[in-house]
Amino acid sequence: MTAQSETIALPAAAKKQRSLWGDVWVQFRKHKLAMFGLFVIAFIMISVLIGPLVYTRDPEYIDFTVANQAPSLQFPFGTDNLGRDGLARNLFGGRISIAVGIVAMLISMFVGSFIGALSGYYSKLDGPLMRFTDMMLALPLLPLLLVIILLFRDTLRATFGPETGIFLLIVFVIGILNWMPTARVVRGSVLSIKEKEFVEAAISIGTNQNTVLLKHVFPNVLSPIIVAATLSIANAIITESALSFLGLGFPSDVPTWGRLLYDGKDFMTFTPWVVIFPGLFISFTVLGINFMGDGLRDALDPKLRD
Amino acid sequence: MGRYLIRRLLTAIPTLIAISFVIFAILDLAPSDPTGNLPLTIPPEVKEQIRESLGLGQPFHVRYLKWMQQFFITEPLNILEETTGIAIGDSEGRFRLRSWQTRGPVIDLVLERLPQTLWVVGLAYLVSIVIAIPLGVISAVKQYSWIDQVATIFSMIGFSVPTFFTGLLAIIIFSVHLGWFPSFYDTTHQVTDWESFVFQIKQIILPVSVLALFQTATLNRFTRSSVLDNLPQDYVRTVRAKGFREYYVIMTHVLRNSLIPVVTLVALGIPTIFGGAIITEQIFRINGLGALLIIAIQGSDIPVVQSLTFIFAILIVLFNLVADVIYGFLDPRIHYS
Amino acid sequence: MKRNLFLFLCAAIALMLMAACGAQPQPAAPEEPESAEAEPAEEVAEEEAAEEPAEEVAEEETAEEAAESAETMRGTGDTLNILYWQAASTMNPFLSGGTKDIEAASVVLEPLARYDENGNMVPWLVEEIPTVENGGVAEDLTSITWKIKEGILWSDGTPFTAEDVKFTAEYCLNEEMGCNALSYLGDVESVEAVDDLTVQINFGVPKPFPYGPFVGATIPVLQKAQFEDCMGVKAQECTDQNFAPIGTGPYKVTDFKANDVVVYDINENYRDPDKPYFSQVIFKGGGDAAAAARSVLETGEVDYAWNLQVEPQILDSMAAAGKGTVVTAYGTSVERLMVNFTNPDPALGDLRAVWTEDDPNPHPFLTDPVVTQALSMAIDREAIATQLYGAGGKPTCNVLPAPEIYVSTANDGCLEQDIEGANALLDEAGIVDTDGDGIREKDGVPLQILYQTSTNSVRQSTQALVKQWWEQIGVGSELRNIDAGVFFGGDPASPDTFQKFFADIEMYTNNFDGTDPESYMGNWLCKEIPNPDNQWIGNNMPRYCNADYDALVAQMSETAALEDRAELAKQMNDMLMQDYVMIPLVHRGDVSAHSNTLEGVRMNTWDSELWNIADWTRASE
Repeated sequence: MTAQSETIALPAAAKKQRSLWGDVWVQFRKHKLAMFGLFVIAFIMISVLIGPLVYTRDPEYIDFTVANQAPSLQFPFGTDNLGRDGLARNLFGGRISIAVGIVAMLISMFVGSFIGALSGYYSKLDGPLMRFTDMMLALPLLPLLLVIILLFRDTLRATFGPETGIFLLIVFVIGILNWMPTARVVRGSVLSIKEKEFVEAAISIGTNQNTVLLKHVFPNVLSPIIVAATLSIANAIITESALSFLGLGFPSDVPTWGRLLYDGKDFMTFTPWVVIFPGLFISFTVLGINFMGDGLRDALDPKLRD
Repeated sequence: MGRYLIRRLLTAIPTLIAISFVIFAILDLAPSDPTGNLPLTIPPEVKEQIRESLGLGQPFHVRYLKWMQQFFITEPLNILEETTGIAIGDSEGRFRLRSWQTRGPVIDLVLERLPQTLWVVGLAYLVSIVIAIPLGVISAVKQYSWIDQVATIFSMIGFSVPTFFTGLLAIIIFSVHLGWFPSFYDTTHQVTDWESFVFQIKQIILPVSVLALFQTATLNRFTRSSVLDNLPQDYVRTVRAKGFREYYVIMTHVLRNSLIPVVTLVALGIPTIFGGAIITEQIFRINGLGALLIIAIQGSDIPVVQSLTFIFAILIVLFNLVADVIYGFLDPRIHYS
Repeated sequence: MKRNLFLFLCAAIALMLMAACGAQPQPAAPEEPESAEAEPAEEVAEEEAAEEPAEEVAEEETAEEAAESAETMRGTGDTLNILYWQAASTMNPFLSGGTKDIEAASVVLEPLARYDENGNMVPWLVEEIPTVENGGVAEDLTSITWKIKEGILWSDGTPFTAEDVKFTAEYCLNEEMGCNALSYLGDVESVEAVDDLTVQINFGVPKPFPYGPFVGATIPVLQKAQFEDCMGVKAQECTDQNFAPIGTGPYKVTDFKANDVVVYDINENYRDPDKPYFSQVIFKGGGDAAAAARSVLETGEVDYAWNLQVEPQILDSMAAAGKGTVVTAYGTSVERLMVNFTNPDPALGDLRAVWTEDDPNPHPFLTDPVVTQALSMAIDREAIATQLYGAGGKPTCNVLPAPEIYVSTANDGCLEQDIEGANALLDEAGIVDTDGDGIREKDGVPLQILYQTSTNSVRQSTQALVKQWWEQIGVGSELRNIDAGVFFGGDPASPDTFQKFFADIEMYTNNFDGTDPESYMGNWLCKEIPNPDNQWIGNNMPRYCNADYDALVAQMSETAALEDRAELAKQMNDMLMQDYVMIPLVHRGDVSAHSNTLEGVRMNTWDSELWNIADWTRASE
């Protein structure tokens, strides 16, 4: 409620710019937690992008003489049981985890909201699309992954090289297997929104159906999509670790946050730093994105805007 | 509504047949092999004989039709016989659907594992619904209050820290150090009196909490956002303007309108109860349906994987239908033609 | 707003504290991790050494107590909790999915003779081990006659006879059944029940080692009366029999939940009236190796846990809790790198990694022994063994690491890592880096290796280590790990099986059952090479074909004297090692743990680990 009153008290800045996203940004800046989220995400992004250039230790270099070291000046994040440097591994792993999280989220949000919106709005498409969604939900994930990898790995490896090929494969797999709940949620909301008076009004003045869906209905279902997006980033990061574990992910010499967490879990009592840092990174990323999502949601709400 | 229901139920049949075919085809294409986990000391020729004995030598369509027959005719008949005690036809001669790993009937395996899965996963689901929805509503009504912040942070931790981690942490704290709860689940335990009931509670409390933390996180976020969407709506102002108490406004008007996305998620989640919780079940050695599925996948026990995923598919189709019916109840303006 | 931020930070701190809670139990201050590691390791070693004397004491004690009370010790104990993290799927070892099932069944079903913890055969249901000297084995080595002990009863009270043995052989030899233990009945022509207590097994060819059938836990005897109607295809359908076989062992099955738990009660008809001690056995499955280790060593909830391949540091820190003891036994398992002698280049299409007599399709650089020798020299086997395997591994330079008489010492030079030497070797052979990318080229082909293995955290760590050492000698590698079910599965449609070997190097463990290496050494015959014509079935993954080697194998099959056989086996081992067909890394042991209150465990790798469960007792406190 405080956020609301503050935003109403400070309408002046919005006067000059009248574009939608301009308004949203003005609104967003007022949202302290959202700005905090943005700051956290920016900090993490910059560290993982610039970090490895500044902190040049090799994340894969094994040195048993320094195995299981606690965090110190020499090894700020400690070392694991093979003596690999924790900070270097976290920074390097972050690049992949964040990239996988965001790209997979975009894919699943795009497919999910597209199918959900079409299905909810056009009742003719509803049946076939939702049955298709049911089918996708019912497919056994692991065997499906094995099949996809069997069919596409060598082709992708040949075309894009081992790492990019696997990256595309993983991002695609995670994205394409996670859109179904979003589609169901979006469809449910669209079903309800399309019966509202303002939609009726828009249709009655002769607005094109597609325009109604895009301009009037869709903005009103953004908030479940934003929540779903936030959660799906975390989900993608964790799923990636499960894939690596099953031998379906990146080669074992490529660290990712999810994998660091998974590999380190048995060391939890012995060398806790190998799990605390990737755990904190994932939590802060998700928290930051969540706060940004909250802010975006509030900023997009025309009722809160001047 | 009645006609809609009948039509939906009828279209479910071709949908399920299509799903069954796709599942069968995927599992057939998948490269894993039932003899893959046998010791390497068994010679390859013997492995080939084992494969033959499992019926893997037959062509695809024969195996598919056989499976369909077993799943839709043989096994239901067997269940019917077992429950009613009446022998129907040649019950001995029927070729039952068998697991490759255990050579026992798949249905028996599923029934054996259902109780512990329902206890743990089902209870966790209930707990999370009971916590998440009220908490989501409070979080939304008192947005940015301390309750909301704590709930947000807990949700984010619950969501971003995977269950393999929280489960292990719970075991280390509560089983290893405090020694309060057992670290694994005894499936042979029978609840007969107060004491054994207390033991049952003790052995499910850790897995239920770990699972509930994860599920509460998701549900709570969706409820909160949905209620937030509805609070500034005109109809809420109207009700408030009529002078109703805030509690009444929220509970009757806002909540009902906010539940649509939540219902979707809850409905989608119920089939997953029967899918079990693969990781949590493994960590606490619950050996429910989730553990059965993962063992079957790892050992390429195709009859079990097929049957479990197909049962799962039936439940998904069914509960999505239920969700659609509830939509109509929550928002009477939604009508299906 | 500020308050919100403050709250958020508080929560973040709370999270860190939560995580830190997990850190409390650390045995030593984090500044001295080395000492913390060293201590438990020593303890384990000591306890291992102390294993046998402790056992003797236990036996004396039980004997004394029995004498005092003049009553039987049978069933005086409580429940024995055993944890196999891979649960038993069936109790019929002939239809089983692996070791776990065979061991679960071994509590109930028994063979005629067993191997003890030193690999020696001990008569179990028979009077003595038949040999040529005592007349049990025919002079021409074509038959063996076992004399069954008198008075052995099945758990249902009926007598155990030679007919049961005969039946079991027929049961397994049935071609429609898909019997796992078929190879143990290799060359068996017929089994005759001479009388109730005498059974004669006839072989089609002279068998220098006739102890395949009915020796060891993999091939026990089933009761004819119970399994009579389960021959051939019907074997699959006998669920009741397969889940609760009647046996002669100290316990009988009372409850079996597939892939979950087995409950056993005492077999009242067991031949030793004083045994077993425990009134009930629960054989639980599920979870993973680390969790199993924790249950024995830290929480003490179970008495015995099997197959604890856990990072040595973790196992040591758990063992430091003092509730249990880690026990290891070394069998014949060797973790090795298989070298692909054929070219696996995807560009070859259908000819990828295919060997034929006319076209051996040689690998561009791995067929050069200089390269493979350098690869072997660059590896520090000691580091892999101590850092990744701990109690469960020691460095080895042989593919045949045990029993003692077969072990060659000719290759032990590989135990020392020699990166400089490897570099010099490659330089001398003219295999140098010509384009300055840090990777050597041989005839223009860069030494870039695709290195595959199954998914398993220890294997992935080994891969990372080996990759680093190879980098230091100018050899690049790309790592790949494949799900075990796919890698070890024989699906001819999958490119990722270990038989197809569409990679340059692959790593896994292999071993042989029992103590005789003849069939194991036969794995590298020319005819064992997998190729499309035999549906990729075969054990010769490296595609090694050497007429001299084949001749040695043939010679061994005709040699009976143990010393001569050992000599031949050593020669074969050395030939494989010196041709660098395989690069052995670690001789792997089986690691299990038992609670400190459990006595009588004699860790056995040659037979079931539960082979002497009848002798297990609980220490009085």
